[in-house]
Amino acid sequence: MIYEVFRRERKGVAFEHAGSLAAPDEAFARAYAHEQYGRRGESVALWVVPRRSILEVEDFVDELNRNYHRVDGYSLKAKLKEARERAGTAAPAADS
Amino acid sequence: MNERVRQLLLQTADDELVLGWRDSEWTGIAPVLEEDVAFSSIAQNEIGHARALYQLLSEDADALAFDRAPAEYRCSPLVELRFVPDWARTIARRVLYEAADELRLAALKESADAAVAGLAAKIDREEAYHRMHAEMWRERLRDEPRYRDAVEELWPYARGLVDEEQRAELASRLELEEVEPVERGTHAGDWPALWDEMTVVRRSVPGAAW
Amino acid sequence: MNEQEFLEYVQGGGQVEVDDWMPDEYRAKLIKFIEMHGNSELMGVLPEREWILRAPTLQRKLALTAKVQDEVGHSQLIYRVVEDLGKPREQCLADLISGKSKFHNVFHYPTKTWGDVGVIAWLVDAAAIISQKALLKCSYAPYARIMKKICWEESFHILHGRDVILTLMNGTAEQRGLVQEALDRWWGPLMQFHGNPIDAKDDPVVQWRIKTQGNEEARQQFLDGYVPQVWELGLTVPDPKLRKSDDGVWEYTEPDWDELKHVVTGHGPRTAERLEFRRISRDETEWVRRVVLAEAA
Repeated sequence: MIYEVFRRERKGVAFEHAGSLAAPDEAFARAYAHEQYGRRGESVALWVVPRRSILEVEDFVDELNRNYHRVDGYSLKAKLKEARERAGTAAPAADS
Repeated sequence: MNERVRQLLLQTADDELVLGWRDSEWTGIAPVLEEDVAFSSIAQNEIGHARALYQLLSEDADALAFDRAPAEYRCSPLVELRFVPDWARTIARRVLYEAADELRLAALKESADAAVAGLAAKIDREEAYHRMHAEMWRERLRDEPRYRDAVEELWPYARGLVDEEQRAELASRLELEEVEPVERGTHAGDWPALWDEMTVVRRSVPGAAW
Repeated sequence: MNEQEFLEYVQGGGQVEVDDWMPDEYRAKLIKFIEMHGNSELMGVLPEREWILRAPTLQRKLALTAKVQDEVGHSQLIYRVVEDLGKPREQCLADLISGKSKFHNVFHYPTKTWGDVGVIAWLVDAAAIISQKALLKCSYAPYARIMKKICWEESFHILHGRDVILTLMNGTAEQRGLVQEALDRWWGPLMQFHGNPIDAKDDPVVQWRIKTQGNEEARQQFLDGYVPQVWELGLTVPDPKLRKSDDGVWEYTEPDWDELKHVVTGHGPRTAERLEFRRISRDETEWVRRVVLAEAA
């Protein structure tokens, strides 16, 4: 059985996928992950998960460019310029 | 340090050195790649334990480890036996040795000598992985005739590894009958060839740094 | 995506994951390339493991065991990548042992002394690391990712190798002799290691960005980094033509490419013996895999 191994390098960072290994059961998977991903103190903790337990989600669709809820959907430069000119506060230098 | 403790430490160090040497024979040829990596760590730990124990006994751990004549080593014949590529005997030895060593370390942890007790406690904590590994394999091989035969064959050697007063406890923990032990003091037939290979480079330029 | 688009994608730095569509030729070349790497790590273990048993100090025994352990670990990582691409590990190992698949030239040669231990860890590993660093940019992402762990673990191998060599060079005349003698034997295979120079446009493995560095480029990098290290110890390289020209390019006697081909196709001095040793070890432990693999489904 294939197990996926996730490792936490140090306290404060998230677990990251590190690799996979073959083992017949949980006891072997733990023992093997322990040395393959931790023998040099390179990890403070591991998550070992049977590959078949991983649910993959990857069918993301955005056909109509839904930028209304993203930063790239907002360009305020022209409106800000107009508003400043109306208020007489337009600066000679370029504003952001 | 009294002489009795010295002898016990030397026996333990020699056991760990030689078992580590035997276990390192599997590096690169273990049954499964993942197991190869795990088993190699166990072999390294054993050599590391031997080194720490020799350092309690001598300024020059390498000289103590490698420069004695074969007859001067105090290891048990159990650790000298050559098993590669026999995995059943290899695991049987690991299981028996870990149980015996656990008892031996428990006694050392009680030592009046703080350095000895402290080191024994450290080694004991490192052994946690070895014990888990041995138990994992014992569980998987328990019904395999090769393994059962190996345990039966090696059990007398394991009995001889511990002091007399610990033998009943060892038999009880392993759920095995008390049998005639193979005592420490003689060396196995495999020992001279092991010693020869272990020391061949070191002897090639005596006194050199490597 | 069609094959031409895929080619442009990878040449533009695009990364490929395991479930992505890939041209059959890409997949086939990838498997062969990565499998050869896995084979090499596993075969590289054999010349070195003898010396674990003969290590003359506890520190060297620990370091050498750990180094070889790393190499086995690398083969595990690599064969997992190949398996996810469609070729099971058991098949890879069977093809290795039968001689159907290849491994790098250096692992077909004998080791004779403790001097070899130093030279291998110092120079053979160095040559390998140059190739491995280039593979960090492989278009196939799962392989590029394991290369990160591999390169990180290799970093101590070189230091250990250099430590062994420096200790020998600072030792007795006999010990210095061990190093020079080993270097004399290993120089030829080292110069062949990166392969004969091939034009990038003629090398599909480079076109697909599986390999991102040409053979000659790798060899020049090796010479640039390590010839000075050899010379500064008072050691000689057994090539009278070896010199760095004014424009920074190393000149050397043309390596014996016929020897390389002969060795890599399974006719090296130790090839048959080592494959046989692997075969016996595998056969004797076959029952263990049956027991271990007989897990609950």
